[in-house]
Amino acid sequence: MIEGEEQIIILEKVEYSINGFELSVDLRIEKYAKVAIVGPSGAGKSTLLSLISGFIVPKKGKIMIGGEDVTNKKANERKVTSIFQDGNLFPHLTVEQNIGLGIKPNLKLNDEQRERLSRSIDRVGLSGLARRSPGSLSGGQQSRVSLARALVRNHPVLLLDEPFSALGPSLKSDMLKLVNEISKEKSITFLFVSHDPQDIKKVCDLSIVVGEGQAFSPVDTNELFKNPPNILRDYL
Amino acid sequence: MVRSLSKINHTVWGGGLVIFLLLFLTIGTLIAVVCRIESISGLTRSEWLAIRFTIYQSFASAVISVLLAIPVSRAFSRRNFVGRKILITFLGAPFILPVIVAILGLVLVFGNSGLIKNIFNLDRLSIYGVHGVILAHVFFNLPLATRLLLQGWASIPSERLRLAQSLGFTPVNFFFHLELPMLRRFVPGIFLIIFLICTTSFAVALALGGGPKSTTIELAIYQAFRFDFNLSRVAILSILQITICGLLAIFSFWVAVPVSYGGGLDRLRPQASGGRTVDLIFGTFAVIFLCLPLIMIVFRGSGFLFSIPSTVIFAAMRSILVALAATALSIIMTLYLASLSVYYSRRFEIFGYLPIATSPLVVGTGLFMMFYNWIDPVSIALPVAVVVNSMMCLPFSLKIITPAFFDVERDFGKLATSLNMTGWSKFKLLIWPRLKGPVGFSAGLSAALSMGDLGVIVLFSDPTLSTLPMEIYRLMIAYRMDDAYGAAVLLLLLSVLFFWIFDRGGRTNYNS
Repeated sequence: MIEGEEQIIILEKVEYSINGFELSVDLRIEKYAKVAIVGPSGAGKSTLLSLISGFIVPKKGKIMIGGEDVTNKKANERKVTSIFQDGNLFPHLTVEQNIGLGIKPNLKLNDEQRERLSRSIDRVGLSGLARRSPGSLSGGQQSRVSLARALVRNHPVLLLDEPFSALGPSLKSDMLKLVNEISKEKSITFLFVSHDPQDIKKVCDLSIVVGEGQAFSPVDTNELFKNPPNILRDYL
Repeated sequence: MVRSLSKINHTVWGGGLVIFLLLFLTIGTLIAVVCRIESISGLTRSEWLAIRFTIYQSFASAVISVLLAIPVSRAFSRRNFVGRKILITFLGAPFILPVIVAILGLVLVFGNSGLIKNIFNLDRLSIYGVHGVILAHVFFNLPLATRLLLQGWASIPSERLRLAQSLGFTPVNFFFHLELPMLRRFVPGIFLIIFLICTTSFAVALALGGGPKSTTIELAIYQAFRFDFNLSRVAILSILQITICGLLAIFSFWVAVPVSYGGGLDRLRPQASGGRTVDLIFGTFAVIFLCLPLIMIVFRGSGFLFSIPSTVIFAAMRSILVALAATALSIIMTLYLASLSVYYSRRFEIFGYLPIATSPLVVGTGLFMMFYNWIDPVSIALPVAVVVNSMMCLPFSLKIITPAFFDVERDFGKLATSLNMTGWSKFKLLIWPRLKGPVGFSAGLSAALSMGDLGVIVLFSDPTLSTLPMEIYRLMIAYRMDDAYGAAVLLLLLSVLFFWIFDRGGRTNYNS
């Protein structure tokens, strides 16, 4: 088997350090996996995502996405969509402009692209809100806009950094369902940072534990929570 | 910080060009001036007098402004009254008020046929001379000092005020334990900034000073240039001017100079047990002193607004063009320098503050000395005014725009990068919409300032190409006071209008 054929993300002996903080990672993630990232605060969960998305550069090691070595590629050249904890939307642009940026960063869309845009708005359940500004939407609706953008970007990897932590439990549950469905439809592999074991058990079959300066290889989520390692036990 | 290649090149090229232009205008012109010195034979008596007067009047103006600002700002910070908010906003107005308009207003109040003389039935009252220069400087800088000190009063934590009350502090205790420490922190910086402003004063000295006893160095440069055409003397005076400005500018980098362009100033302090009378006296004094000249000029000049000579109309049109061009240039330069400091290093911002240590007149004479062999100076008077005005507006534009630029990058930079927004799209869809407010505000200030500037233009221009402030000055020295008052009202209207249009334009709504 050719390396990277079945594994969408490979971090090989990656080491990163800044101001005394260190993280070493050596792991592989299979295609179409739904992976949770768990661990205590400050352990490096967001750092792991930033290494994959390209916002930070490792000191050592190799990062591959979709069979391609991206170690020296910038964030905008990687086939990865990130949804952050907040600040996912530009408040001065409308809903459709915010989503349209995912298709073309200069917003000059042709008919086919416009059609794709409006399908994505319908898909996430925001029909009729295309011309609204993000400020006039509820928190859940704003999350849907970010998801619609992930949908039109159509990258094989989606990184979610606690994107729904500000939402109430039932809204959060709806959003997770939507993420799950969209990932299935579009064959997207997603990584999901969360503090809530319930959320994780609901959608992620695999989990990466981050702690003690390391990110460990993904293990079965149910197994992990049945029999948590020490790092996780203290935290849970 | 992640950046894309096209953005880098654009920013670097543009920013590099801006830095080159700034170095050329500040250091380049200075070198051109220095080259003109024919002999160094020490300073003449009139040069010593100019130095002495410059320092004396700046010192006196700064001391009086700060001393008055302390009780005035204290009154405004702890008394609530109708119109308080408007009044505090109004304290920012002298920034956009053309100097020549204020001078005419002061003449109407303190001049020989002015209000004070008539009310008190005095024999003689002259506004010309040392005291007139200081009066005008206090008029301009008292509001500035008051605004800056309002920040100081607001910086005393309310917990500490409550603590002082519960400990039963007398006003004297209160002063020594709470107010004096604050004043110690704020006053040196404010004093220095006013001192610096006054040393480069040209228009005030031109209109109200003059004789050997009240000539600032800037004015002496103008006279040596315009009347004697003694370039060696111009050069020596210029170096004196730059030395003083430069020293003060370096000094003010050490002392923390408070800077404020609005926001949070109108917070009301709760404590107000004693000192009602003092507050009333100083508050009323400040309002009358600052408002009366403006009321007088509007009152006297409005009637002549529609009978102003056509030369004034043409001068006004030139002023509008100069103001618009200078504003555009200043904003473009600011955006380039700000993006250099956001995407590369904060250190690039420093180039934008070079104009603080220079003087427009020196820059003007330097440019003249470089080009007068090839080009008729009069023909480039307006472009020179545009360039010099835009340069002088740079420091405060940067102070307003750069922090906002950093905020945009902090809040949205990552998102923009992840969406591959770069170059023009990033500017158009992210940076411009987010910066519109601060850009509009500084464009408004720049436009008003350039519109009312009476400086480098008088060095180059002749009456056929005068701007509106220069035309008003000409009418004033020709004793055509009615026309001067009418034209002053026009200038006031234009300055306020342009400030308002730009500031308003930057505030077109979006939900955020």
